[in-house]
Amino acid sequence: MATVAADRLFGKSIKRREDPRFITGRGRYVDDLKLPGMTYAAFVRSPHAHARIRKIDTAAAARHPGVVAVFTGKDMTGVNSLPCGWDLRKAKNIPGVVQDLAIVPHMPLTSDAARHVGDPVAVVIADSQEAAIDAAEKVQVDWEPLPAVTVTERAAQSGAPQLHADAPGNVAFKWEIGDRNATDAAFKGAAVTVKKRIVNQRLVANAMEPRACVARYEDATGDLTLWVTSQNPHVHRLLMCAFVLGIPENNVRVIAPDVGGGFGSKIFLYNEEVICSWASRRLKRPVRWTATRREAYLTDAHGRDHVTDAEIALSRDGKILGLRVKTTANLGAYLSTFAPAVPTFLYGTLLNGVYTIGAIHCEVTGVFSNTTAVDAYRGAGRPEACYAIERIVEAGARGLGMDVAELRKKNFIPKFSGAYQTHVAVSYDSGDYGAAWDRMLQMLDYKKFRAEQEAARKQGRLLGIGFSAYIEACSIAPSKLVGALGAGAGLYESGKVRVHPTGMVTVFTGSHSHGQGHETTFAQLVADKLGIPIEQVDIVHGDTGSVAFGMGTYGSRSASVGGTAILMSLNKVIEKGKKIAAHLLEASPGDIDFSSGEFRVKGAPGKAVPFGAVSLTAYVPHNYPEGLEPGLEETSFYDPSNFCFPFGAHACVVEVERETGNVRILRYLAVDDVGNVINPMIVDGMVHGGIAQGVGQALWEGAVYDGQSGQLMTGSMMDYALPKADMLPMYETDRTVTPTPVNPMGVKGAGETGTIASPPAVVNAVVDALAPLGVDHIEAMPLTAERVWKIIQGAKGAR
Amino acid sequence: MKLPVKMTINGQSYSHDVEPRLLLVHYIREAVGLTGTHVGCDTSQCGACTILMDGDAVKACTFFAVQVDGANIMTIEGLAKDGELHPIQMGFWEKHGLQCGFCTPGMIMSAYQMLERYPKPTEAQIRHQLEGNLCRCTGYHNIVKAIEWAAEHMPAKR
Repeated sequence: MATVAADRLFGKSIKRREDPRFITGRGRYVDDLKLPGMTYAAFVRSPHAHARIRKIDTAAAARHPGVVAVFTGKDMTGVNSLPCGWDLRKAKNIPGVVQDLAIVPHMPLTSDAARHVGDPVAVVIADSQEAAIDAAEKVQVDWEPLPAVTVTERAAQSGAPQLHADAPGNVAFKWEIGDRNATDAAFKGAAVTVKKRIVNQRLVANAMEPRACVARYEDATGDLTLWVTSQNPHVHRLLMCAFVLGIPENNVRVIAPDVGGGFGSKIFLYNEEVICSWASRRLKRPVRWTATRREAYLTDAHGRDHVTDAEIALSRDGKILGLRVKTTANLGAYLSTFAPAVPTFLYGTLLNGVYTIGAIHCEVTGVFSNTTAVDAYRGAGRPEACYAIERIVEAGARGLGMDVAELRKKNFIPKFSGAYQTHVAVSYDSGDYGAAWDRMLQMLDYKKFRAEQEAARKQGRLLGIGFSAYIEACSIAPSKLVGALGAGAGLYESGKVRVHPTGMVTVFTGSHSHGQGHETTFAQLVADKLGIPIEQVDIVHGDTGSVAFGMGTYGSRSASVGGTAILMSLNKVIEKGKKIAAHLLEASPGDIDFSSGEFRVKGAPGKAVPFGAVSLTAYVPHNYPEGLEPGLEETSFYDPSNFCFPFGAHACVVEVERETGNVRILRYLAVDDVGNVINPMIVDGMVHGGIAQGVGQALWEGAVYDGQSGQLMTGSMMDYALPKADMLPMYETDRTVTPTPVNPMGVKGAGETGTIASPPAVVNAVVDALAPLGVDHIEAMPLTAERVWKIIQGAKGAR
Repeated sequence: MKLPVKMTINGQSYSHDVEPRLLLVHYIREAVGLTGTHVGCDTSQCGACTILMDGDAVKACTFFAVQVDGANIMTIEGLAKDGELHPIQMGFWEKHGLQCGFCTPGMIMSAYQMLERYPKPTEAQIRHQLEGNLCRCTGYHNIVKAIEWAAEHMPAKR
């Protein structure tokens, strides 16, 4: 394993280099862009959850002053369905996995029927935003409303309204993993089994910047440029060009400039981006569209929406003998880009948790419903897995009458490095689960808390503690592995290092920063490795015109996959530099060392050339080695050999107000192990934000559909409860460090840990708080005051 | 029908003929071209469009441009003076009070008024005063720290 020099920036909390533009209002987001001749798009969307389209009359809209064009799906001839990039049917050679998948069409503008509220059926393009919006109201759609199904458990029941001819019974797929027989046997031999229904509700990502795009077609060259709120501009380009529009990708440039948060929701190729690109080509004018927040709620891919029956089998002394999980995952009306992967390979493969478990079996049914499509949202599958395990483990402990902390400790996988083969296909890279757990208990002072809780209970106060010992799979992912699981793409990353003649460096990365701080962390790596001031380093991302290729940022992969690609190119730059330096110093390349920005002859003090002299020589090769190409620029593609598996232990202390059901978080503790850390300040920030989103899920957030009308009841920020500053505590964080052997820096990934770990910690805490009332389980989140109040009223020990 | 509107933004005067329905935030962004003031919602919840109008922190989406004819406005672009960052801006930078940066201008403009009202705010006061500003990245922890830092580093009032 390579290490990094001692005088390094690696590990230092340096301030972010991107911040000056953001704190002065000079960030450049997509909606900030204004182009000459620009037109504005407004979409006509279905007000119905399910309705046949009899006729669309666009005549009045087309006559509206300022309107340039009105298009419906019928106008978009030759345009294909939005693709689903993960075909479970292609998954092979994975033991125990049974798969099938109904791939259903998802046209950019639907022509036959609308399948969820907000499904776009027409677009109006006008000279001004106002004209586009006004004219869109004049588009007359003759709807034939149909019965709709939105509820996850009902979607695949007999008699449910059918969404797609190609998906009988609304079943998108059935999938399983693990060993059914061994699990059945484990349950037969168990002293105690506990079964609970665990609902992981539907969420909306709510990146603060709504989705937006500007498409500009240049007739003279045939080039199309698309500025888009994307976490992965190359993926956008590939999917749009090759699959939907059928246009050459070398004529298309996709730019994702400053992007105001993603959390998964900006991974996917969306209708509007394709339509604006198509329309710009057709109209030969730039087209801009920015989602209103209402549109964002209706059309940004949602997250989670699992209904799970989880069952744990325990021995008398608290060993976990078996885990059985049956999940129905609501995929919404269409298959979003990576939808089938989320409740399967990003979920079932994490059900081993951090525990030694006798046997595991998991079945998942993916269902279509008249709701917005569901895809990856921060954590994507892993929060659902962690939630199921960490809730059922505590329920199991209560069933057994054992302390929840003690039961976990009894079952942790012992410390290891290299490989731990789980029962659910994946092999963990490294782990020391007990260490993170012990550190968390120490910060908490667990014994003292239980004493305080006892005293509080005597006064009638409802104090509770909940834990979560999580694991997650990040640094997504080995291409060979994901290919075998059905992915349509590889999941490597590219990194190009361009050394300029003066020794300045530009790095082109396929990772994309939409808050992660790559312009700082990647520059820290480069400055360390080349021994140059960080001011000499520029990081370029988010532009297919300058970045070779890229799979983008999601799944906590930027540092570990994107960073390693950069590191590989830095090594190549140094190797080439050694050849140039050897020539200048009249030594053999094998005798050259490079450190602290200088090439030196080993064992010959004083014989050295600085990095800048070598870079200048590379571009002014008057005195240059025979047979070596001029220039100093290297590109690498890194494909990881395994996922990385961050882990940790979180705890939440709550007090529930008996009279109102209001839950107040008194303490939130997180000990995370994300391997080595490049910039602790940035990692802490991501952990904070992740916890806030997870606490949001546990206590307030949830996308709610009306079961009858199929309307999204939480379609604005007035209705969908996002956490505010005064609803959250300060977080107490710490880390243990177990470097991963998978990549040379030993970094894992930190973007999703908080969101994965926190919901079960919070809900477990509330269950614990209500235990004196006889409550031993809570089925559904969010734990709003109303829901908790009702639970208190219904509890047998309440009065 | 368009109506004339005139206002001072960051010390410069602007006048345009605008539709009466044009929101102030869209006026600032589209007509004046100052894009640091952001639009994150359509129900006045997010606070990304917070500006100072005649000294008060307001959400620029809650006014029509024609309503505020003659107003004196400061946006995020007007906060740094002569290239010197304001202590609140420095606080956000020092304490990592931003990630994606989208809510940041509104947060900073809200904090500006907060520190005028409460020069040494408690954590609870800061959290309460940020009630109208949403952030999805930071979990607010470092925003609170940033404003505390700014409070410590504000020049004494003359």
